[in-house]
Formats: sequence, structure tokens, C-alpha cells
Amino acid sequence: MNIFAMKKLIILWSLALFSLLTINMVVASGSVHLESANIDRNDKASLQRGAKTFINYCLSCHSAQYQRFERMADDLGFDKQDVINNMMYTQDKIGNTMTVAMPAEDAKKWFGKPVPDLSLVARSRGVDWLYTYLISFYLDEKRPTGVNNLLFKDVGMPHVLWEQQGYKKLVKNPDGEHTLETAVKGTMTDKEYQDMVRDLVNFLAYIGEPLYVYRHQLGMWVLLFLAVFFVIAYMLKKEYWKDVH
Amino acid sequence: MGMMKSLMGWVDARFPATKMWKEHLSEYYAPKNFNFWYFFGSLALLVLVIQIVSGIFLAMFFKPDATLAFASVEYIMRDVEWGWLIRYMHSTGASAFFIVVYLHMFRGLLYGSYKNPRELIWIFGVLIYLVLMGEAFMGYLLPWGQMSFWGAQVIISLASAIPYIGDDLSLWIRGDFVIGDATLNRFFSLHVVALPLVLLGLVVAHILALHEVGSNNPDGVEIKKNKDENGIPVDGIPFHPYYSVKDIAGVVAFLFIFCSVIFFAPEMGGYFLEHANFEPANPLKTPEHIAPVWYFTVYYSILRAVPDKFLGVVAMGIAVLLLFFLPWLDRNPVKSIRYRGIQFKVMLGVFIIAFLMLGWLGTQPVTPLYTWMARIGAVIYFTFFLAMPIYTKMEKNLDVPDRVTMK
Repeated sequence: MNIFAMKKLIILWSLALFSLLTINMVVASGSVHLESANIDRNDKASLQRGAKTFINYCLSCHSAQYQRFERMADDLGFDKQDVINNMMYTQDKIGNTMTVAMPAEDAKKWFGKPVPDLSLVARSRGVDWLYTYLISFYLDEKRPTGVNNLLFKDVGMPHVLWEQQGYKKLVKNPDGEHTLETAVKGTMTDKEYQDMVRDLVNFLAYIGEPLYVYRHQLGMWVLLFLAVFFVIAYMLKKEYWKDVH
Repeated sequence: MGMMKSLMGWVDARFPATKMWKEHLSEYYAPKNFNFWYFFGSLALLVLVIQIVSGIFLAMFFKPDATLAFASVEYIMRDVEWGWLIRYMHSTGASAFFIVVYLHMFRGLLYGSYKNPRELIWIFGVLIYLVLMGEAFMGYLLPWGQMSFWGAQVIISLASAIPYIGDDLSLWIRGDFVIGDATLNRFFSLHVVALPLVLLGLVVAHILALHEVGSNNPDGVEIKKNKDENGIPVDGIPFHPYYSVKDIAGVVAFLFIFCSVIFFAPEMGGYFLEHANFEPANPLKTPEHIAPVWYFTVYYSILRAVPDKFLGVVAMGIAVLLLFFLPWLDRNPVKSIRYRGIQFKVMLGVFIIAFLMLGWLGTQPVTPLYTWMARIGAVIYFTFFLAMPIYTKMEKNLDVPDRVTMK
């Protein structure tokens, strides 16, 4: 290969890469700093805890209409009978998806708008957004739910996990920045609550793309095959091109 | 062996199979000095095949219906066997197509592949690029996500900027007063039937025209001017097996990168699959920031750089159409950049920087600074083409060798 062309290509690609890397992602977040969710999709125990939190606290209003209970049982290592007995409150067929019984019209009446489906929320919002959102509720008497959110101003959702986290209040620091301080203690410490939210976000990431872990595992084998194939293809080319001068 | 031979004889008496094999592969003589940049033609063909095959399978499960489309894509991602892989192949393939085609066009600029006698090859190529843009634009509406909807809304509303007929025209394109089920249905039809047919026809024309005049090469030397006693170009080698085996290595290297994206970064940080498109289309909720997919952002930047909407549309249209005139804008008879004067080298370098800058700006929200940067970029873009007849005449060329070189 032409050295000149190589050099040019490297410059071109590094330019392209540089521009890709330096762009800050615009994900409707305003100016609030996003905390790192730091999830581990290979941690099945975390995913199981997240699944339980999701089913106990979220699945009464939010659906995950593309996620099947059976797929969750298979992927996360739950016993199917346990799932039917203890995790499926409104239905009994393990192949069903995670739907809710709340009609959209009622939701509109109660919360101001239909409650969004959460199947893909981790892909549209990002896991860091979700993590930050769930730890950013604070008391606000002006809101009908009694709470507001630092990340999502005037959000319609109440602070569902208040029992665990307790309530925070908004404090304005001398330098103008807002921080949250404990107003009412919950059953968990801040650290315990953050771990719980991390597990929940991990589960939301899982239902966003159930095949994520498998995709990565398979990808390694595909690339390995292509790397070996490339060596063979290159040697074949060399052999054929011996007589070209 | 004897049986095979008599079978081929039977076929050849009725269909030019062996003749075509020879003309286009085993006795098509390509210059022996192709470099790295010459991989992208065959790679574009590969990506076309990937898109057609993966598209056929997607169409088996996709529902072109505004109430079902989004869910049917998730059905493909979760419940269809290997559906996720087919879908990621198709979505990554769309971006790969543009990367490969942009590099292929850049090669043409480097070595003057658009010049006499290859003007028609270039024109067919620009037509392919135009159809590809239409194909990508219509395909992007199909998953019926927020960006599908609002991206299409923005682009189709551009038609309404045309005086007198604009509103009726955009109504006619949409088939409704807003992007809706009618739009989705017709875009599906155009995306899977009409445009692929046109695309295939143009690709055949592109290759036939190429094989009629023969390939250019990094030295821009016509190898047909120097033939041996059998009428074979001295610097030519049969495409098959030499370039078929070379291209296999290129294909595998390409697939390595392609599969790295499919398996490890199918969203490509929101550039190949935009984050907002994982939310179903909602006509009542405008996203904070509407950005087209990266391969349109150069022209989107030019559009936004012009203060007047209609003139912006005109500028965007001219920016694309200028490509057709390239063979006649460039007045320098020397093809390869290796032997051209400094003027073209500098202009091409500046043009590439402006092109990348415009592409990046198109992904960003508008700020006063960015608007000015886009204006500078747009001016450079147009200057590269419109001033070409002047600066290419001033070039002091180096001596072009008689034969190709192997550097």
C-alpha cells in the first residue's frame, strides 16, 4: 500500500474520530450534572434485585410492553414458576409482556399525561440520566405530588421510592448551586438507596436491549474469525500477486 | 469436466455467459497500480448487497402502519430469530454505505477519475449518490421514532418554502397535512421497491460505462495507450483473479470494522441510531434538538447557514447539483493529484476540512458562532467548485509519466 495514501487516510480518520469524540451528546438534560450510573450488565444478582424493584414499584403505572416475563426469567436466572407466582400480579401466562392495567385516560387525569412505557427508556434517555433522575426528587409544595425533580422540572411522577430514600429538600449554596439535603429520613441510607437505584437502572438497561450481553459475546467470536480470515486472504493475495511487478 | 464444458457450450450458444465473464472479470484489464483508495468501489457493491438482503428479511416482519411500525421494529429486535442482527446490519449498513461512497468520491477527486473519457461514469455515480440520499431519507422514517418523524417533518417542510406551489407540493409529498400513516406507507413503497430498482439500474450503468472506457488509476495514465502485440494493456492485469483476491482481503478488513460497529457500538454514540429515535413518534411533542443523521449534515449546515429559508433550500440544492458539473469545471487536463499544481492540492485540502466541519456543525444546535462557522464552510464549499475553472487553469503541472508507477 502507498505510504502517502496511508498517511492521508490516518489523518482523515483521526479527524473524523476526533470530531466524533469531542461532541457532547445532546440528551435533553438541561444543565444538571449527570451522575454516573456505573451499571454492570453481567451482574445477574444486581439485575434480579432491579427486576424485583421494577415489578414492585414501577410496573403498576409504567409498562414495559416489549419485555416478556419468560425472557426475563431465562436471561436473569429466575425460576419460571416463581415468576408466575410472585411477580405476575395481573396476568398468568409466562410468555406475556409486561403490560399494566391502568387506562391511558385515567393516567392523563391523575398525572397530567399518559405514563410512558419503559421498555426503551434506557436507550432514549441514557442510564446516567435515569440514575440521576431517580436520586434527584425534592420537596416542593407548589407541585400537586408534593415533589419536584432537579433533572426533570415539574415532573408529573410522584416520588415513588420515598419510603426508601425519605424526602430531600432543596438548599441553595452561597455560590448559587443547588444541592439536596435530607429533610425526612427513609428506611435506607443514601448509599443503600443509590445501590437500589443502580440495580433498577441496570434492569432498565437490560430490558432496553435484552440481547446486549450476548451481542458482545458473539461479537468477540465474529471478530476473531475475521482476523484469522484476513491473514488467509492476505496470504492468498500475496501468492497471486507474486508475478505482478 | 467434459460434461461441464458441453453444458457451458449449450448455455453460451443461447446466452453470453462466458463472454460476459471474460469481458467483465477474467479479461477485464485493470491498471496494476491500484492503491488503498481503490477498495471502495467493490465495497460499495458489497454494502448494496448487504442492504438488499437484510432489507428483504426486515420487510418480512416490518409493518408499514403508523400504529404498528415502532412495535414491529421492537418485535424484530426481540422476538424474531436473529432479527436484532439483521436490523443492526441494515442500520449500520446505511451509514457504512455513505462512508464508503464518500471515500469512493474522494478517490475520484484525488485522481481525476471524472475527467474525459469518464464523465458519464461520474454522472451515473452522482445520480447513485442522489438516489442513495432519497433511499436513506425514506428509510429513516420507517422505524417511526421521534427523530424519524421530526426529521421528515423538517425536510418535507422545506418543499413548502418554494414560492406558489410549495404548500401544495409538501401536501402532495406527505399525502396528509402532517406526516402520518399515508406518508409512512408511501415511503415504505418507495424505499423497498421504487428506489432500489432505480439504484440497481444506475449501478449497472455505472459499471458498464466503467468497463467500456477502462479504469483510471493513481497516476491518471491511460493504460490503453500502451498495448502489447495481443492488444492487452502492458500495465493492465486481469481483474479476476488479481483484483478479486485483493478485494477479498479488502472485504474482510471492511467487515472487521463493520462488525465491530454492529456488535459493539450499533448506535455509534447516537450517530448511526439517534437516541431520540427509541421513543415512538409523537406529533404533539417536538424534540429539543432535531438533527438529521450524520450523512446529511453537510447539506443541512449549508441550509441553516443561509438566513432566508427558500434561498437556503436553493443553496442546498445547488451544493449537491454542482457535483454533476465537475468534469467541466476542472480545466486541467492532468488527472492525478500527484502531477497537478499546488492550486488544486490546496483547494482540495481546504474543501475537505470545510466538508468535515460542515458535517460536524450540522449535528449541533444553532449558536451565533456555529452559524458563522457554517457560513465560512459554505463559502469554501461553493468556492471550491465555482472558482475551479479559474484556479485549475493556473496550475503548473509536473511531468506525467508514460507508464503507471508502483509507488
